[in-house]
Amino acid sequence: MSAMMIQIRGVSKSFGSLQVLREVDLAVERSQVVCLIGPSGSGKSTLLRCVNFLESYDRGDIFIEGKLIGYRDGPAGRRPMPSGELRGMRREIGMVFQHFNLWPHMSALQNVAEPLSRVRGLSTREADERAHAMLKRVGLADKAASYPGRLSGGQQQRVAIARALAMQPRLMLFDEPTSALDPELVGEVLEVMRGLAAEGMTMLIVTHEMGFAAHVADRIAFIDAGRIIDEGPPRQVFHESAEPRVRQFLQTYHDRNSF
Amino acid sequence: MSLEVLWRYAPALIGGFGVTVMCWSLGAAIGLAVGLALTLLNRLDFAPLRWLIRACVETIRGTPFLMQLFLLYAGGPFIGLKLSATAAGIIGLGAYSSAYFSEIFRAGFASVPQGQTEAAVSVGMPPVHIFWRITLPTALVATVPAIVNMLVILSKETVVLSIITVPELMYQMQTMAAETFTAFDAIFAMAIFYWLLVEAVSRVGRRLETRLTAYMSAEASRA
Repeated sequence: MSAMMIQIRGVSKSFGSLQVLREVDLAVERSQVVCLIGPSGSGKSTLLRCVNFLESYDRGDIFIEGKLIGYRDGPAGRRPMPSGELRGMRREIGMVFQHFNLWPHMSALQNVAEPLSRVRGLSTREADERAHAMLKRVGLADKAASYPGRLSGGQQQRVAIARALAMQPRLMLFDEPTSALDPELVGEVLEVMRGLAAEGMTMLIVTHEMGFAAHVADRIAFIDAGRIIDEGPPRQVFHESAEPRVRQFLQTYHDRNSF
Repeated sequence: MSLEVLWRYAPALIGGFGVTVMCWSLGAAIGLAVGLALTLLNRLDFAPLRWLIRACVETIRGTPFLMQLFLLYAGGPFIGLKLSATAAGIIGLGAYSSAYFSEIFRAGFASVPQGQTEAAVSVGMPPVHIFWRITLPTALVATVPAIVNMLVILSKETVVLSIITVPELMYQMQTMAAETFTAFDAIFAMAIFYWLLVEAVSRVGRRLETRLTAYMSAEASRA
């Protein structure tokens, strides 16, 4: 049993002839918050999606608490993991998407309760109770009956976080959780995430919110062209990076966000 | 316009209308069921089956309904398929509409955003649940307007059944026109009947659509 929550070793992946991940190594310890930053198309989202095997990887290993995800290595080589076992691993990994991905035909409450009853096997009453508690936790107790179409982007994303949290995952993955939000709604989502980090949730976050990353992350990994080219505590990556590409990226970000 | 003639033929006309409604509703039920089944089979990743379905759908869509119906009714006995005119009519309508319904369902499934499935996969939901609880409801709601439209079209295709002597509305109309030389009255009465049917279908369809898409504007009952 490894102390590491996530251990990524030499992971490579190609979409056809396009190689999106090149020999990526990354480790996330329990209760750590790691932010993945870098330019668009650099492979950060793909890497994140490999962690719960929404995306398969071609080479390398990804261990979740010491257990390889997506594959089974045996004497005859590497085989795909049985789907039931993979589902079991995914249950322990919460994921929040850029576009929320709530189920539009279910109310906020049903969105949170559905996986509890269908996957965790809770009774409808237990599932509803826990779902209510989760919605309350993200500040949406009064929106339980609302369908996603009636919620703001920020509220939808908070419901999505509640849906993931209700499963009581061992770690949470966030794929640009605020990129689809109006600037005024970003704060409420980051607030919830900050609370989670403070409670000791292990989080791997792809984000363009540099301020949030600087304040909340324990470590930053900068990805460019499928490689992690710099990694360390926020202060080091944001202010002392020796990598010209990192400095250039941050300079551009800074120039665009100051006026 | 001869009210007396219409009155005298009213029982036959109403009976014919009843046959029309029966053929239409049973045919549509078969078409919807078979159409959905075709779409689901098509989603199984089995190429020979997909080609077969594709070929059937394209054949039905590429040939006139009249021809299909005639082949079924007149040609059926040659392969041991002996059907009454009404049975042939219902099965014909079912087969004909199933091709269109399956295309409608296919588009409906294609319209379900990938992200909804991914969210379900990410919480470890089994594929069967994902299908019944997430994909199917979303796809069906998206298809309601197109299905109602097809049902309206199908209700008017029933006139073709008169060719194989199904005693439906068109058939009774032609009988009345031939026996009494009242072509205009017959067509006028027929128009009223079809208008009634189409109006009813559209109304039910609109109500269904409003109900099923209520989630876009209303609050849920379970909270």
